[in-house]
Amino acid sequence: MTDAIEGARPDAAGRPSLLAADRRTRARNAAERRFRLYGMIAVGLGLAALVVLLSTVAIKGAGAFRQTYVSLGVDLAEAKLDKTGNRDIEAIKKVSTFGYTPLIQEALVRKVDELGLRPDGMSDKDIGGIVSKDAAAQLRDRVIADPMLIGTRTRVDLLATGRIDGYFKGRVSLASAERDSNVTPDQIRLAQALAEAGVVVTRFNWGFVTRPDASDQRPEAAGLGVAILGSLYMMLIVLVLALPIGVAASIYLEEFAPRNRWTDLIEVNIANLAAVPSIVFGILGLAIFINFAGLPQSAPIVGGLVLTLMTLPTIIISTRASLKSVPPSIRDAALGVGASKMQSVFHHVLPLAAPGILTGTIIGLAQALGETAPLLLIGMVAFVNDYPAAPPEGFFDPASALPVQIYNWTQRADPAFVERASGAIIVLLLFLVAMNALAVILRRRFERRW
Amino acid sequence: MPLIWVLLAVAALAGIGYLAGRRRALASAGGDPRRLHSLPSYYGLNVALTVLTPALAVLAVWMLAQPALIDARIAGTIPDTAIAEAGDRSLVMSDVRRLAAGLDSAVAQGVLSRDEVAGLRAGATDIRAALGEAGVALGSDVKPEVLAAAQSYRAMARTGTIAMDALVLLTALAGLGAALWMTDADFRARNVVERGVLALLIVAALIAILTTIGIVLSMLFESAAFFRQYPWTEFFFGLTWSPNFRGNSDLGIIPLLWGTLYISFVALLVAVPIGLYAAIYLSEYASTRVRSVAKPLIEVLAGIPTIVYGLFALITVGPFLRDWIAQPLGLGNSGASVATAGLVMGIMLIPFVSSLSDDIINAVPQAMRDGSLGLGATQSETIRRVVFPAALPGIVGAILLAASRAIGETMIVVLGAGAAARLDLNPFEAMTTVTVKIVSQLTGDTDFNSPETLVAFALGLTLFVITLGLNVLALAIVRRYREQYE
Repeated sequence: MTDAIEGARPDAAGRPSLLAADRRTRARNAAERRFRLYGMIAVGLGLAALVVLLSTVAIKGAGAFRQTYVSLGVDLAEAKLDKTGNRDIEAIKKVSTFGYTPLIQEALVRKVDELGLRPDGMSDKDIGGIVSKDAAAQLRDRVIADPMLIGTRTRVDLLATGRIDGYFKGRVSLASAERDSNVTPDQIRLAQALAEAGVVVTRFNWGFVTRPDASDQRPEAAGLGVAILGSLYMMLIVLVLALPIGVAASIYLEEFAPRNRWTDLIEVNIANLAAVPSIVFGILGLAIFINFAGLPQSAPIVGGLVLTLMTLPTIIISTRASLKSVPPSIRDAALGVGASKMQSVFHHVLPLAAPGILTGTIIGLAQALGETAPLLLIGMVAFVNDYPAAPPEGFFDPASALPVQIYNWTQRADPAFVERASGAIIVLLLFLVAMNALAVILRRRFERRW
Repeated sequence: MPLIWVLLAVAALAGIGYLAGRRRALASAGGDPRRLHSLPSYYGLNVALTVLTPALAVLAVWMLAQPALIDARIAGTIPDTAIAEAGDRSLVMSDVRRLAAGLDSAVAQGVLSRDEVAGLRAGATDIRAALGEAGVALGSDVKPEVLAAAQSYRAMARTGTIAMDALVLLTALAGLGAALWMTDADFRARNVVERGVLALLIVAALIAILTTIGIVLSMLFESAAFFRQYPWTEFFFGLTWSPNFRGNSDLGIIPLLWGTLYISFVALLVAVPIGLYAAIYLSEYASTRVRSVAKPLIEVLAGIPTIVYGLFALITVGPFLRDWIAQPLGLGNSGASVATAGLVMGIMLIPFVSSLSDDIINAVPQAMRDGSLGLGATQSETIRRVVFPAALPGIVGAILLAASRAIGETMIVVLGAGAAARLDLNPFEAMTTVTVKIVSQLTGDTDFNSPETLVAFALGLTLFVITLGLNVLALAIVRRYREQYE
């Protein structure tokens, strides 16, 4: 760096100083510090993005796990629910949810008047309006499950409507209720008074992870049950198909394939398939599995097949890496004592590579679990609120999937669904964290260094 | 017979075959395994594989082929008058299929008995009401031709399934018999089994090729159907996108491509500097402790599903950009915008750029750094003048891979970019992309004969070709670069 010496400033005696940095050195050092700072800022921005992303989801979604209930003793009048009086289940089933709504309203009005909380001029219908429309259906299910309840006063926890629920979670205020046609400020004041009296309570919401989806107007009743089941079915299919096929393909390519144009073609193919946009796999599923093979839409079997094709390259790539990491001495030793090539692979190499293969498979499954776009194209966006049957017939029943359910909820108008969608993301992320943690533990526990 | 029973029967035959094969081999050697050519279990495995493989192959092929064959046969029997009325043969066929499925589920639920279904006459019975009771909604009243076709569809499907079950079981039994007949002490069971297993391994490896062929063919056929109905010049050079399900749509891809490229550009503008500087800092400056914490945390961003980013764009980033930047500057009122989608996608791409660049920077030989530092360069000068130029080809490859990700990304743009196709420079306007339009044209009720639906396949093909090109280029660059220093 000759120019650096030429540019050095002489000291008072006219000689360049060794102790004081000259201007050029200072500039270079400043540039060094700036460059370092940029790097720190970049790392900081990346980490900040992660923190902001996760914390907004956690803050917005935490509310979905708590739910407001109205805890009431409801008179299940025999005259309304079972006119014949002989507890015939078919006759009881004939009474629709409209038969239960008045009973709930009656019970609530009685409770309100007992406590002397009725605001001036509030009608019975408005008081009944703080209970969700879905509560009648849930009460009906309970009565059908246990007809002996008829004729008794039963204590039940009924869902409050989405707006009342929103008030206790801070989403709805008295001011916003003024402008809202779905709730009146009086209803909110009444709910507040009932909460102080212990009739309206907010507790942990198991329904959110077990109940099926609910319609557009009933965000309070919407749950993830069908979606979790659908995702589980698809993961089963992916595991059962992708693991054996992926391992078999990797064994061939890594241990048996001759080096020629064909195997090169297969390898380039797999590398490229791993980078094909996921939506293209959705188009493939629609064209081949649904339009050509005639499999049903919205079914976990189609979703599972599409995700299998998507996950295969990931599994093949990681399986090949773990086969490659088994040292050749193992193979040589097996061959040396008289094993055939096939025996050396299946009896020695494969068991040693198994932890790595398992880890790769779990990571591939986690990727498949979060995938949304291809499932949209094969009709999994449809509104499904019946649980699919048990496998294998259930693989052909309509179901939803976790990420698609999240997408579905974001498309709905009621802001309560934003909370539900964020809550669903928390559930999805918990599954992913659990799967990745399992992968890390497996790797830590069984990894061998050669 | 439900599928599961067929599968269980085949599995049971294989199990029996394993035991019988093993025993027969041992018996033929007089109970002394040393006189056998192979280990006894290989004789069993040979029988089991001969039972399983052909039977399952027959099952898979039949299940794939049966619907297509029945469709073709039934479609031929539908009179032309019915087709003329509905407008298209495939529309009639979808009615037939829906009716047949409806009748099946009516029988399954016990609303109609098997004989009642067989004796149905259009006009005589109110089929629509009867099926409505079983929870099957039909769009219109059932025409006699459609009912007749649906009846023969059901009959053929039933005969087909029975024939399939019989054929599968026969194949399995034949395999069992043949394999047992061959088994004796001199039979080279291990060689045969190993050859069979090798063939299965090859088939598994070929599935990757089949997938690619499936992708290309499925999109090629439907795209060809699209281009028969819509001129390709207007598709590739048209400047307006306004699909109209009554016909007369403008389906120009240019506005979609513009949106896609604009959003990807913004995303790379975010991801490349952050990712690159993060990679440089972590590989050249950071202490081992910082690196061991920060690197996995940044890579967590790559493991988060894209729907999460989409929701983040929709409820957090979109409103933030609109309220704090776009509206005060008078640039737009839309939460969904190029900037929203681009920013969020950029965050998603940070780990792609950083971990790929990290690998490449680490592959630059230490001697090059030492040489530069020894000449008196500062660390940043070494990085900028020596390490970076050496790593440049690999970094370009990494950026190309990130670009291909960005172009094919779907959920972030579906939720964050909007649905309006326009050619605009303002990044705070909503724009749309190729992937958004594939989703919107293919979800919901679709008619696979109108150009408005088929265009999605042409869009998919375009997307596939673009991303494939980028990937091949990027992988070639990365591979060539790796060889240089190894």
